Amino acid sequence: MEAGRASSPWLDKALLAVALMAVWQLLSTLAGPEVLTTPLATVRRLAQLMAGPDFGRHAAETATAFVVALVIALAGGLLLGVGLGANRLCGEVAEPLLVGLYSIPKITLYPVVLLLFGLGMSAKIAFGAIHGIIPVVLFTMNAVRNIPRAYLRAGHSMRLTRRQMFVHVLVPASLPEIVTGFRLGFSLTLLGTLIGEMFASQRGIGYLLIKSMENNDIDIIVALALLLVSLATAASWLLLGLERRLHGRFAR
Amino acid sequence: MTRAGRLRVALVGLLVGLLELACRAGWIDPVAVIPPTRMVAGAWRLLASGQYTKDILLTLSNVAIACVLAVASGFAGGWLLYKLPRLRRAADPLLASYYSVPTFIFYPLFIVLFGLNRWPLVAIGFVFAVVAMMLSTLQGFERVPRVLRRTARAMRLSTTQEMIHVVLPACAPHLFTGVKLAIVYAFIGVIAGEFVLSGAGFGFQVAFAYNSFDNPTMYGLMLLLLGFVGGLNMLLYSWERRMYLRRGGR
Repeated sequence: MEAGRASSPWLDKALLAVALMAVWQLLSTLAGPEVLTTPLATVRRLAQLMAGPDFGRHAAETATAFVVALVIALAGGLLLGVGLGANRLCGEVAEPLLVGLYSIPKITLYPVVLLLFGLGMSAKIAFGAIHGIIPVVLFTMNAVRNIPRAYLRAGHSMRLTRRQMFVHVLVPASLPEIVTGFRLGFSLTLLGTLIGEMFASQRGIGYLLIKSMENNDIDIIVALALLLVSLATAASWLLLGLERRLHGRFAR
Repeated sequence: MTRAGRLRVALVGLLVGLLELACRAGWIDPVAVIPPTRMVAGAWRLLASGQYTKDILLTLSNVAIACVLAVASGFAGGWLLYKLPRLRRAADPLLASYYSVPTFIFYPLFIVLFGLNRWPLVAIGFVFAVVAMMLSTLQGFERVPRVLRRTARAMRLSTTQEMIHVVLPACAPHLFTGVKLAIVYAFIGVIAGEFVLSGAGFGFQVAFAYNSFDNPTMYGLMLLLLGFVGGLNMLLYSWERRMYLRRGGR
């Protein structure tokens, strides 16, 4: 920690945002505003889009799919991860398989997901959850596996009940890493849901994106990308802050 | 092979067998999923016919170019972030959320910029891969043990010597992780791009077979692709494990 340094993190973030805007403006001036929309025009276009009659419906559709997929990914990932982490052999058997699944281009599997789930909500949710669940499982598994034995022995020698052991030893020891997994799971679930919408749906932000890709409406693509980047960055910021506080509190 | 390894093979075999049985017995709609043996037959037929060789080579070369570019600039970017901690802290949330936005939505933009050729796809693969390499490089530089740097200084190594003889070897495993991720992400980016809007390549052929209800071809192509990427990954993953183990870490 570099305490005593006078740079405020907020100032730095604002500076970075301004610098990125400047680069964007420069690029769009160089490439021409019809190739890459300028920042100001993009914000205006976004406001116009959001004020449009259909936007609320599309956004609500995406939000619903994302939330359901996220709940499945986090809850399922946590359960599987704890199970695999607690049993050494199961973990060893599963880990390379999970890493393999994590790294294949899952977008190629979309025809299978479509054929199994049909067009619509369930395919989107399945796609989001498939993307998000694996990092949650991997991080939870490692978190549980890496709980130092000494903690458990200390807990036993203090005759903690199972409940006390869980609340006071197991959760605090594994929580920081689990939150890291949640953060990755969050990002990837959003990605998966959007990809699912692009191919498997007639509604939602992803559908708007693929439609404007097909019509070559760069201004809409850039506006939606700005919206998504802002939302995802804000969420990551919150989760990173939480993660840092947990790591600080339960620092080993 | 270890016990876990044997169990893993058995588990995968069991799952594939179950899928075969379920498909043959008609528990799964044959329009949705075909039996694994037919997938393998489809894949073999594709390879033997040579009809898709051009697409496969196109995709592989795109991935390779994207990968090389991403590794080189990701390394430079990671080093820059390491040297500028204020920038790094400010950019943290942005980097963390980078992978939640499907980068290939910028494909039309790249087409306008680069023209209708292989470069838009390379650009997507690059954009997808570069941040992973950057983050791994940064992590590697940050985790070089202080004692090594102090020893280097005590031995009066020049900056270049310190870099070549101390820092780079010390962060080699992390750089390797970065290269591995860059390969994976470049694959994902290029294939996704081909899927969405392209007239050639592996991803395009899968989408084409899907749209024409040609299940044996679709599953055959998928099997080839996932087998190749999965196999490559397993190889890199086991090297990586060995590398980290040799350091006595993890």
